[in-house]
Amino acid sequence: MARVFMKGCEAIAEAAVRAGCRFFAGYPITPQNEIPEYFSRRLPEVGGVFVQGESEVASVNMVYGAASAGTRSMTSSSSPGIALKSEGISYCAAARIPMVYANISRGGPGVGSIQPAQMDYFQATKASGNGGFQMLVFAPSTVQEAVDMTYKAFDYADRDRNPVLILADGVIGTMMEPVVLPEMKSDEEVAAIKASKQGWACVGHQLDYANRSWIQPGQWSTLKMQEANEDAAALYESWKKDVQVEEYQVADAEIVLTAYGISARICKSAVDLLRAQGIKAGLIRPITVHPFPYESYDHIDYNKCKAVLDVEMSIPAQFVTDVAVGVKDRCPIETCLCSGGNIMSRDKVIAAAKKIMEGK
Amino acid sequence: MEKIYGRTKTIQEDKVSGFCPGCMHSTVIKLIGEVLEEMDLVDKAACVLGIGCCGLHMDYIAYDNTTAPHGRACAVATGMKRTSPDSLVFTYQGDGDFASIGLAESISAANRGENITVIFINNGIYGMTGGQMAPTTLVGMKATTAPKGRDPKEHGYPMHMCEILNQLTAPAYLVRTSCNNPANVNKTKQAIHKAFQNQLDGKGFSMVEIVTSCPTNWGLDPMKSLDYIEEKMLPEFPLGVIRDR
Repeated sequence: MARVFMKGCEAIAEAAVRAGCRFFAGYPITPQNEIPEYFSRRLPEVGGVFVQGESEVASVNMVYGAASAGTRSMTSSSSPGIALKSEGISYCAAARIPMVYANISRGGPGVGSIQPAQMDYFQATKASGNGGFQMLVFAPSTVQEAVDMTYKAFDYADRDRNPVLILADGVIGTMMEPVVLPEMKSDEEVAAIKASKQGWACVGHQLDYANRSWIQPGQWSTLKMQEANEDAAALYESWKKDVQVEEYQVADAEIVLTAYGISARICKSAVDLLRAQGIKAGLIRPITVHPFPYESYDHIDYNKCKAVLDVEMSIPAQFVTDVAVGVKDRCPIETCLCSGGNIMSRDKVIAAAKKIMEGK
Repeated sequence: MEKIYGRTKTIQEDKVSGFCPGCMHSTVIKLIGEVLEEMDLVDKAACVLGIGCCGLHMDYIAYDNTTAPHGRACAVATGMKRTSPDSLVFTYQGDGDFASIGLAESISAANRGENITVIFINNGIYGMTGGQMAPTTLVGMKATTAPKGRDPKEHGYPMHMCEILNQLTAPAYLVRTSCNNPANVNKTKQAIHKAFQNQLDGKGFSMVEIVTSCPTNWGLDPMKSLDYIEEKMLPEFPLGVIRDR
């Protein structure tokens, strides 16, 4: 299939359309504006609907409605806007509504900075809203991965009837790269996906109390509420099979870098350069940051490994807390951090690794 | 003997009302059900419930429904109707939901002329949470968060949603009714019928604002609540068609 040169945000939107997404609602916020803009011109071409919501809050709730009616639906935003969507995301999780959303994250907290950052790790992986729900969270490190993950995210969302989050950042969103786009689902396939949901979709059914559509983000009965939470917990437990991770040159590594998203991509080239200079470096890159690939840190040879170097565009570090759970005190964990919209540099990572190896 | 009137099939047969004595939620939900049956729309109905006492309906109604986050019903209905245009999509919201926390969603959906129907229950108070002040609370009316009564200097004045939405170009039908006497109950039913017909005809946004009571939180018995509607609520919220296009 031919490669095309696309900006990350637009490639994410096109991948969603090809996956059968036929509804998008969003609100402007930098650095993800190209996503709603792309959808606004693309969705009408395929019989879909784009709505510019009056807010992030309204947009995610429009998605709640469209997805409740059985349509593959998506929203996107960037950090402060994602915070506003947290109410709707929690409701989608509670009501078991399949939907996909992307966070093209920027500096924080507060309005933060409009440049790329990885400051939303806790929010994305631990508490994207009230009530302790969980989601599959994918962290792309290339535009191609962002495309492939977005395409697949709709299948995961439908499989689980649960939200799926693409946790990207301003680099992935605004960078142009060559990508191979996935196959466009035919109108028949898209219609079949929608038809398969009509049993539970809130669209009108023959009068029958037992079989009405009843999509509820809560219960009046405490027993039913507990049952719903137990069902959700069983779903989350089933995700162990869905863990994705890249382990690169880990087996003989004397220093293991660990990072996700764009930081991991920078780390991977740092590993190659360090190896060329005689330093046996490796990389563990969680591709799903939730569920987290803790077991990958068991693959480190702790007899050889001097330290794990956590690299992230967040100050204070957040991702490091999951890394620590994986490492289990078997070696020191050092950090290499930047924040505020400053992008991690390969030289900085290499310098941090060398400093550890030289025992400084 | 021929049965000429019965309970609407859109409410579960075995369900006993859990609404407070004198509450008009049960009246309105009955009217909606009767209109759905008369218009043969039950199998197309997709109801978006608001938060608060409105949400209690989920356990009574036999047609499709979901509950929106507090105030977001018009946004949820927007997504639903846009992607399922053959469904009859309507929201059922109270004054806190529609006119306070959901003000942006309500006005914006009306301004876009979304082809949905809003049933807006205005009883001037928060019911489920225990009688706090609403945007529609009358001046001087006591609430648990305005124990000395609504004071315009501190709280401003009651909001008139029909009139506010009447500033917009897009809405098709804005009407205010009540359920305080049999004649007004009939008018409310006719208004709901018209609002649903507008949606079938693709006319766009319709809202039926229904002035109702909350005897429990007004601290009045059901009969005195009817008098209160007539003497206090309706002078502030005059009934009638505000817009019909």
